[in-house]
Amino acid sequence: MLSGGRPVKHYALSVPLAKQRFLGNCPAWVQLANGSAYPHDGRLGKRQRGYCRLGAQTGANEVVAEEASTIITETAKRIFADFADPQTINQAKSRAWTEPLWRALSDAGLPLAWVPDTLGGAGASLADGFAILGVAGRFALAVPLAETLAAGWLLARAGLEVPTTPMTLAPVRPHDRIAFDADGTLSGRAIGVPFAQDCQHIVALADSGGQQRIALVEVKDCRLSEGRNLAGDAANTVTFEHIKPLSSAPAPNGFDRSALMLMGSAIRSIETAGALETILSLSVSYANERIAFGRPIGKFQAVQQNLARLAGEVAAALAVAGSAADTITQADTFDDAVFLEAASAKIRTAEAAAEGSAIAHQVFGAIGFTQEHVLHRFTLRMLSWRDDFGNESYWAAELGKHVAGRGADEFWPLVASR
Amino acid sequence: MSTDLQFDPIRLPSECDALRAEVRAFLAEEIAAGTFDPHQPGHGDSHNRGFSRRVGAKGWIGMTWPKQYGGHERSQLERYVVTEEFRAAGAPAHLHFVADRQSGPILLKYAPEHIKKDILPRICRGELCFAIGMSEPGSGSDLFAAKTKATKTDGGWHINGSKIWTTSAHIADYMLGLFRTSPPTKENRRHGLTQFLVDMKTPGITVNPIYQMAGNRGFNEVVFENTFVPDDYVMGEIDGAWKQATSELAYERSGPERFLETFYVLLELIRVLGPEPDLRSAEGLGRLVAQLHTLRRMSVSVAGMLQAGKEPVVEGSIVKDLGTIWEQKLPGRVRELTAFLEPEVANRASLADQLAFATMVAPKLTIQGGTTEILRGIIARGLGLR
Repeated sequence: MLSGGRPVKHYALSVPLAKQRFLGNCPAWVQLANGSAYPHDGRLGKRQRGYCRLGAQTGANEVVAEEASTIITETAKRIFADFADPQTINQAKSRAWTEPLWRALSDAGLPLAWVPDTLGGAGASLADGFAILGVAGRFALAVPLAETLAAGWLLARAGLEVPTTPMTLAPVRPHDRIAFDADGTLSGRAIGVPFAQDCQHIVALADSGGQQRIALVEVKDCRLSEGRNLAGDAANTVTFEHIKPLSSAPAPNGFDRSALMLMGSAIRSIETAGALETILSLSVSYANERIAFGRPIGKFQAVQQNLARLAGEVAAALAVAGSAADTITQADTFDDAVFLEAASAKIRTAEAAAEGSAIAHQVFGAIGFTQEHVLHRFTLRMLSWRDDFGNESYWAAELGKHVAGRGADEFWPLVASR
Repeated sequence: MSTDLQFDPIRLPSECDALRAEVRAFLAEEIAAGTFDPHQPGHGDSHNRGFSRRVGAKGWIGMTWPKQYGGHERSQLERYVVTEEFRAAGAPAHLHFVADRQSGPILLKYAPEHIKKDILPRICRGELCFAIGMSEPGSGSDLFAAKTKATKTDGGWHINGSKIWTTSAHIADYMLGLFRTSPPTKENRRHGLTQFLVDMKTPGITVNPIYQMAGNRGFNEVVFENTFVPDDYVMGEIDGAWKQATSELAYERSGPERFLETFYVLLELIRVLGPEPDLRSAEGLGRLVAQLHTLRRMSVSVAGMLQAGKEPVVEGSIVKDLGTIWEQKLPGRVRELTAFLEPEVANRASLADQLAFATMVAPKLTIQGGTTEILRGIIARGLGLR
């Protein structure tokens, strides 16, 4: 089980610092912005002198916000490179590597990036959080960072206190139900809950007499069945049998199971696009190195055409996932625009995952489907992500029904709404 | 050379909303007046002089060009909105579209001032049709193998040879063509071609129709016999056309016309499925919607990056590769998804008509403007594979 966050700040480029807007008050900021104050080992050393508080956001500070986003993703990238390097952990015999990784992530404020600083989080924007998850995808990250981000976001939106532990969320399948009983306890079942056995808390969206509530539950109170996804990550069936939640509150602003599935879909889409980026880069490098018939296989037109198709799938995934995430950052509610964007993103990135995985494995030949090679860390993980928060067939049917219901005349206006 | 692909999530600025509403109102009036029937693609003429002039009068041709040449100095994204609304409605914009998309920008870049002053405002008014003279009987995708010659003479050049598969040549006022002014060199096989502006009324030009299998006069053979072209009609560097082609490609390849060519069959699919389709049809429709949405967001993203002064050549080629394959497969998908409908519904005349036409048009979509194979070669080069 992963430990919770600790106050030791190894990775001092925490989100509160990166988000601060008072350039003049914080000379370290300027140095951070040009990279000079951030040595390769990721330690800020003496320059780390507390956190400058988040200032008021104004239009004039957009450039600063952009640089802050870059710093956040750079921080994530360095932590993943140091503690979750796919090549290294692919050879690991245990999950011991997750401990120092989670500590570094917690120290940098990343797991609670979507929790406002008033509730103990880093108060980063939704956009910054999605950017972190894109980087996580590029590393095929196998710890519950996305789940903790989303769980913290849900708790915070409901105004509940947020624990500093690894968290996951339920349900993750559209037809699973968790409900409050009359006595205030929770019952129900959720299939394929990612990393449930590695987490201490589950944030559940539960029905309470027609109202939706967000509830915080301890994993140890639930019944977990052993389960793994294709990539070997825990994906447990969690059974709630009259569980008393630690806390609960009404879900905000009409947030329901469909909204949860859409948010989860956007998250998985962003991660998948990130994984595909790495897969493309690995595949092109390999094609340029591997010699067959006297030349690099990347010089053969048949291989080039396959890699160009792979690039197309990566491009589609990046574009549609980025667009969905951007739409959610702009939306007040999970409306029709979010539905079109997030459902499409899940459908199209799942298709890209299947197509992209097949092409990459074809490029790598036999070595690509060995345990020893890292490729499967990316391909199997993104193939598994297809099943979370509604698979592509589910969303395609939902989207098809929606479009058919609106009728042909309303179709183009929907597509061109943004 | 990099595997880093970029698709910024572009948000269309608010001025696009009012523009879109105006374009839709205009198109609705044109449909009501009988200019075109959005449900009858392939019927009627896709070149409509009256329509193009009315579009020009609205200020929707040459939208991004400088005002001094009749343009309107609006953004790429505003032009994008007009283009996609026209395409989605199936409006007959062929007459001015090539000039608006690619010929005008080439003139802006390479034509002498007096020619810009003369021709560009007329394009903007919707008066001029342009053809592109690239392919020849012996050279298509291998652009730089072109043999049609331009030979220097007093005050200009004489052109001899022929171009083929030339869209709109029979009604075009001008052609922008690639002609050989020198042989290729050992070091550079692309050397020796020059881009010329040709007035199609010049003596010595014969345009022979070539009918496509869908029954339409899609393109032509254009024969040049001692056709005189004056010196100031040379566009850019003599023998150096190969240097000029690349940056325009992103514009040419990434627009909504690269995935909306068979859009009408998708609309007809929604019509025949009705408000409560069965699960199989709903899922099939949903996938098509997600794929279309993705292509559009990719295309808008490229437009936004172009507006921001970037040159997303690889990204643009990817949009055309994915987009044309999607629009090519669309009639087949619609055919499958309507296969189990009640016969009277599935055989609805308009569906059958549209599928027939789209099926016959489909093969050209992955050929024109750069074949799938050429595009993937460009993408592979961008990735650092060649």
